[in-house]
Amino acid sequence: MRIELRNIHKYYGPVKANAGISLTIRSGTIHGILGENGAGKSTLMKILAGFSRKTRGTVSLNGSPMTYKTPAQASRLGIGMLYQEPLDFPVLSVLENFMVGLTGNISDRNTPHRQIFEQLAKDLGFNLPPNAIVKNLTIGERQQLEILRLLGLGIEVLILDEPTTGISSMQREALFKALEQLASEGKSIVLVSHKLEDIEALCDSVTVLRLGRVSGEMSKPFDTNTLLEMIFGILPVQPTCVETQPGKTVLVMDCVTATGGRAGLKKCDVTVRQGEIIGLAGLEGSGQGLFLRLASGLVQPKQGAVFLQKSKMNGKDYHAFKHAGVTFLPTARLEEGLIPGLNIAEHFALQNRKGFYVNSPEAFKQAKKSIEKFRIKGQPVFPVESLSGGNQQRLLLSFIPDDPVLLLLEKPTRGLDMESALWVWEHLQKFCAGKTSILFSSSDLEEILMMAHRVWVFFNGKIVKDTMISDTDIHELKSAIAGII
Amino acid sequence: MQTFLRYSRKMILTAVVVFCFTTLILLIAGAPPFAAYYHIFKGSLGSWSKIAHVITVWIPLTLCASGLLYTFRIGLWNIGVEGQMIMGAIFSTALLRFGIESHQPAVFLGLSFFAGAMGGGIWAFFAGFLKTKGGVHEIFAGLGLNFVAQGIILYLIFGPWKRPGVASMSGTEVFPQTLWLPFLSTIRLSPVGLVLALAAVMVTAWMLRYTWVGLGLKAIGKNQYAAFLFGLKPGRYMLLAMAFAGGFAGLAGCLQVAGIYHRLIPAISSNYGYLSLLVVMLSNYNVWVAPGVAFFFACLNIGSIQLPMMLRVDSSLSGVIQGALVLATLAIYAWQTRNKQKERQN
Repeated sequence: MRIELRNIHKYYGPVKANAGISLTIRSGTIHGILGENGAGKSTLMKILAGFSRKTRGTVSLNGSPMTYKTPAQASRLGIGMLYQEPLDFPVLSVLENFMVGLTGNISDRNTPHRQIFEQLAKDLGFNLPPNAIVKNLTIGERQQLEILRLLGLGIEVLILDEPTTGISSMQREALFKALEQLASEGKSIVLVSHKLEDIEALCDSVTVLRLGRVSGEMSKPFDTNTLLEMIFGILPVQPTCVETQPGKTVLVMDCVTATGGRAGLKKCDVTVRQGEIIGLAGLEGSGQGLFLRLASGLVQPKQGAVFLQKSKMNGKDYHAFKHAGVTFLPTARLEEGLIPGLNIAEHFALQNRKGFYVNSPEAFKQAKKSIEKFRIKGQPVFPVESLSGGNQQRLLLSFIPDDPVLLLLEKPTRGLDMESALWVWEHLQKFCAGKTSILFSSSDLEEILMMAHRVWVFFNGKIVKDTMISDTDIHELKSAIAGII
Repeated sequence: MQTFLRYSRKMILTAVVVFCFTTLILLIAGAPPFAAYYHIFKGSLGSWSKIAHVITVWIPLTLCASGLLYTFRIGLWNIGVEGQMIMGAIFSTALLRFGIESHQPAVFLGLSFFAGAMGGGIWAFFAGFLKTKGGVHEIFAGLGLNFVAQGIILYLIFGPWKRPGVASMSGTEVFPQTLWLPFLSTIRLSPVGLVLALAAVMVTAWMLRYTWVGLGLKAIGKNQYAAFLFGLKPGRYMLLAMAFAGGFAGLAGCLQVAGIYHRLIPAISSNYGYLSLLVVMLSNYNVWVAPGVAFFFACLNIGSIQLPMMLRVDSSLSGVIQGALVLATLAIYAWQTRNKQKERQN
């Protein structure tokens, strides 16, 4: 299907998310939409998918202008969207999720949904057990399920919003292969991303958005520097890893076993020294998240011992760890890290509780200072949920005490654009000079290779590889992540 | 100013909806609606003694509502407030019974307040404990404890504390007048209760606005997990909030015994606990609005007592109006939220 967007405008109050975007997507091609966070990519795609309504402009499908107001109407016209977070029913099985929206009648037992599902999955090379419960699947598998469900609805245009965030490199390869196949069958694929490598690997043509407008278009072959210029205006400086001499031992895990997550953690033996930056690699749910929660006292080990600066921490709770200088920043910012409904100043007030009264003026002053220092776009009275993702992350970083002993970060740059991610790392590296150890998980191997001194690869609840960055390369890590050593 | 305007617009809208609904009900019941409204008004605010009567209802409603503000702030549904009020009444009755023979009744009268608050607090603490340590939802725990409290009060009235001779639904024997709360004789209103209720509102407003307790309750209510990561202990705050709610409810129960009935009766709580849940919801969890709503509800309750005599309409009409008010408020709230969401999408 050929899609033409003409002069699309979308205003959210005074904010112009899209200010006159025009682009054409030919059928049978993979079209990339590139841009920073807040460039208007997601807004544009939500309009195309019928999720939100445009303020002005026309959408034409195969040459005729169309108006539709809901995702259901859009999917009847053949447009389906894969959202950044999976929109499925976690407690239902794979097959039940697949059938949602396909069945119109109360009793529809005669249609062989299972065969349809298995055929579609086989065609695309996806290996999904139809009876598995969706909440036990990885993000990547849930994505595959969503694609199959949309195909089952008979869509001709597939929109993917940041599909490679949070999935493994193997799943990424499977996804790309499937998308190429779908394109060769004549379907139009729209890939939204802020990752250049994804776009360059997959797309036939690309439209770059910047500040709600089209800042450039390009067809294969792509030139990285030109694309970067279109995205940012000016080229960002690549960060480098800071060299530090590892000092005294900070954290020791002695044969620790714990349950939780998908894989749990089995017989984990590690030592972390002062000033080290260690990247935790691995498939989603291979034990990295559990490790970080063990090291912060949120989860207790079943066996083995945890030592923090020589004192045994078994049986101590999160607050004791926090008191000993451990700071943990979870990845889900609004769900775990911040308190929606409270404003920025109130978050600062919660940081240092003393006496009986809340010292509001002091918290306000502190908030103001941090907003300036961390360049957060907001005011002390702004509720945290009104901040953008990047600003929420800056706010979380501003809560880190001045000299933490151990910083535990779960995917610290998830969902951030390149500029914000760079800023985050610049800030974090300052801590290492002050003898802080940083442990961070990431699904982005490039990030680990660039920022960490050491890398641990988790596979099925075990650390299968523990090596210095200088002694390894991306291929070795990739195979370790897949369990091949 | 704008929020005030928006709020008053919402209030007027709610009032109109409820007015239409109630009028319809009255027409169906075959009663003249405007006469009914007139009687409710006259029956509640028509004379000083009527107003004083309204205030005696307003006091327990306001006390319970103040306590509930703590639990709602942390996101707990303290439906057990009814049982907490009953236990407050039982505890203070137990203490006052010791005072019957004593030479210093005033001491026992004073202590009965503490006993009442303790009784309600302990009962709420049970529910809180079941919630934080046992994982029992506070609504089920509270509801269960309400039944237990009801059972205990009946057992006491018909068992150990029964009147000499014959046990009856009319309650235990009346206390000697030395154990009654002082009241203004012309209008039969106890100033102590009034002062306590006003103080409860003040203390609650001040606690929620300026202290750590208030901010902690709010933070945990909004996001328990993140608040924990910030170093707060949700379990402790939950118990604290429950203790406050139970304490205020128990105090209300004590006032019912010492100030109004001067004995323990089976219906000592008069459903004021449940009613105060509606009061707090209707006031949109605002500490300054809640006393006003409580006053309005008290007017409805007292005013509708007239209806069976004057118009042969059952006095439960006040319940219909109160229920309709809450439903209308919730409906208007839902409608506004939906409109806002639509606006955001377009």
